[in-house]
Amino acid sequence: MSQKKVYVIPNVPTPNQPVSLNPEICSGCNTCVEVCQVDVFIPHPEKGKPPVVLHPEECWYCGCCVNECPVAGAIQFNWPLNQRGSWKRKASGERFRL
Amino acid sequence: MHYEELIKEHAPPWPYPVHYGKENEVSCDVLILGGGIAGCWAAIGAARKGVRVALVEKAATKTSGAGGTGVDHWVAACTNPACRISPEEYTQANIDHAGGWHCGIATYIACRESYDCLLEMEKMGVKVRDSDDEFKGAEFRDEKTKLLFAIDYENRSWVRVWGAYAKTALYKECQHLGVKIFDHIMVTSLLNHKGKQGARVVGATGVNIRNGEFYIFKGKAAVIGMSHASRNWMFSMELRGISSGFHPGNITGDGHAMAWKAGAELAALEQSGRPQAVAYGYPQYGAGNAANTWYACTIVDATGKEIPWVDRDGRILKTVSERYHPAPGNKTVFMGGGPRLMPVRGINLGPGDAGSAQKFEAALPLYADLAGMPEMERRIIWGMMIAQEGRTLIPIYHTYNQAGFDPDKDMLQVYEGGWSGVGPPQWREPSSGGIVVDWDLKTSLDGLYAAGHQVFASRAGGGHAGAAATGRYAGGKAAAYAAGIGEPVIDRRQVEAEKSRVYAPVLRRTGMDWKELNAGVCKVMQDYCGELKSEELLKLGLKWHDELEAGEAASAIARTPHELMRLLEVLNIMTVNRIILEACRARKASSTRLNFKRLDFPEVDLSDWNRWLTIKLDKGKPKTGGLPLDYYGDLKTNYEDHIRQ
Repeated sequence: MSQKKVYVIPNVPTPNQPVSLNPEICSGCNTCVEVCQVDVFIPHPEKGKPPVVLHPEECWYCGCCVNECPVAGAIQFNWPLNQRGSWKRKASGERFRL
Repeated sequence: MHYEELIKEHAPPWPYPVHYGKENEVSCDVLILGGGIAGCWAAIGAARKGVRVALVEKAATKTSGAGGTGVDHWVAACTNPACRISPEEYTQANIDHAGGWHCGIATYIACRESYDCLLEMEKMGVKVRDSDDEFKGAEFRDEKTKLLFAIDYENRSWVRVWGAYAKTALYKECQHLGVKIFDHIMVTSLLNHKGKQGARVVGATGVNIRNGEFYIFKGKAAVIGMSHASRNWMFSMELRGISSGFHPGNITGDGHAMAWKAGAELAALEQSGRPQAVAYGYPQYGAGNAANTWYACTIVDATGKEIPWVDRDGRILKTVSERYHPAPGNKTVFMGGGPRLMPVRGINLGPGDAGSAQKFEAALPLYADLAGMPEMERRIIWGMMIAQEGRTLIPIYHTYNQAGFDPDKDMLQVYEGGWSGVGPPQWREPSSGGIVVDWDLKTSLDGLYAAGHQVFASRAGGGHAGAAATGRYAGGKAAAYAAGIGEPVIDRRQVEAEKSRVYAPVLRRTGMDWKELNAGVCKVMQDYCGELKSEELLKLGLKWHDELEAGEAASAIARTPHELMRLLEVLNIMTVNRIILEACRARKASSTRLNFKRLDFPEVDLSDWNRWLTIKLDKGKPKTGGLPLDYYGDLKTNYEDHIRQ
């Protein structure tokens, strides 16, 4: 097994991933940073890179960041695990969840 | 050693240039404090009178607040051409439903003016009627106006609207009217004439939550609209309780705290109850239910058996259509005059499920049978209401669709407590306490007006639409006052004192962080101001707040301007806790309507105590007074007298 570099990282906040940013698609325009209702983002120290989700556990899950993002697919919304509801397909009884 | 000591030398610097203490001065005629729905409409109402308006918002005005992400139902639109319930009847129904414990002013203003605001929204580009004939022939559509109605298809006072981008439209209108918008600035205090508590409000202070700079706002008049109080009994990020409610987690009673410190009169803070969002809840509108946006979805059990709907008198309804009509002789569906789901054994269906004796036997879990609803109802719920309502377009509509949810085939599961979740009785939130107003929406302080959820005992007059109507009204009144009053004079000592208070946390090197402080003060409220109260418990609650204020809060730190905002919010929460504790002490009788139980004054609903208890700071000490429940008097006469002025 090749040795992976391991860093000192403290416990991450919970929930930790209210949104996922795709670095291949995100243009670093920081629109999400500007419109966030609860200020979870900061701009990346390097201009043009995706913003940093600095205060993930403060997210209120309003979706403004995703809604205002001008680049399709750059940012994805993730409900915390304990908020993911489920549904049943009426005809088959099959169960699904977020 | 703390981790941050380890990484400090290697961490990137804060991305904004920080200048703690640097002052910026702004002058205007009308100062709008809070950029939510009430604040934006107040700015519009004032700007239309031709005065200079400045608006201050701690997030981004374009998207902020409970209404920032949309609205699907415009309530109290009693002057719409298809409406059959008058403003007087609608307001009185609200008052009666609360047993008299409702301030009629905001609701009546909403009934008279929310439809006008809706027409203005239409001019701003928001779709408010079914112009594309998507729902032609639906029972909830008026063919003449093409307005679509929600909940009550007979009396038609709630209009269904495509409001996902209503806030954007308001923001653009504010810009168009020349309102100076100051985003990412947290208002931290009100300024009084000569710095005197109880004197005319002449401005406010603020701190930029990115660069830490200080702001001194001078205004001849101000409108305060910072919504309700919250996070007083409950705070936990991990349980998501604070994320599942109707208001963003940064709604922390800032307006209550600063108005209190400035000497304004508040009321009804002794009322508290089960929160809209408890820990272990689910995303609002994202779980099976039959309430407002999802009204009146069929609910079935695990075997597919329908849970019956009953009318006001307990008679089982036979058709879906009957769910949208009030009982004979009633003119409202929601306020005791309409159909509801029969309670089900083994599951609390959420607010309103009072747990009656008659319980339906059902196999759990239950599901919202959207797929089984008539087509028009199904399409209006999923795709219009869910998508246009606040926090639904991305969080529910897109996210659930992306995951494969199909409203024609699927049924969302119903959970205990609706989407609100469940919890013990000491997990509470302040119900409707706020600032007392008169028919000008003026507070007890000259120069200060209030709107939206900031106003006591009125639920904003009706959510988003009520915030719009009261905002616009208060803005106009503030402008009229500003036009006739002299220049404000700021007291430098009051500014200096506030600056010291604001920046103290950034000067400290070690201390408690804001989250632990919030959780700690919530525990005090749970233990000493829970379901059952007494003088001894309440006094202990105040004693602990004194000690925490002098101790952990006095040494709490903020590492960044963002953390400073969060800590200042918690200090506001502590101030609101004090108001709640003092208000509870002052009410020496129990009350069913206020959900207020005192072990030492157990007699309930004594006539002597059927009045509002007002409370304010007078020379730094809490002083209580009283107002009759119907102090606002005759609704129509008073409203018409006041709009003439």
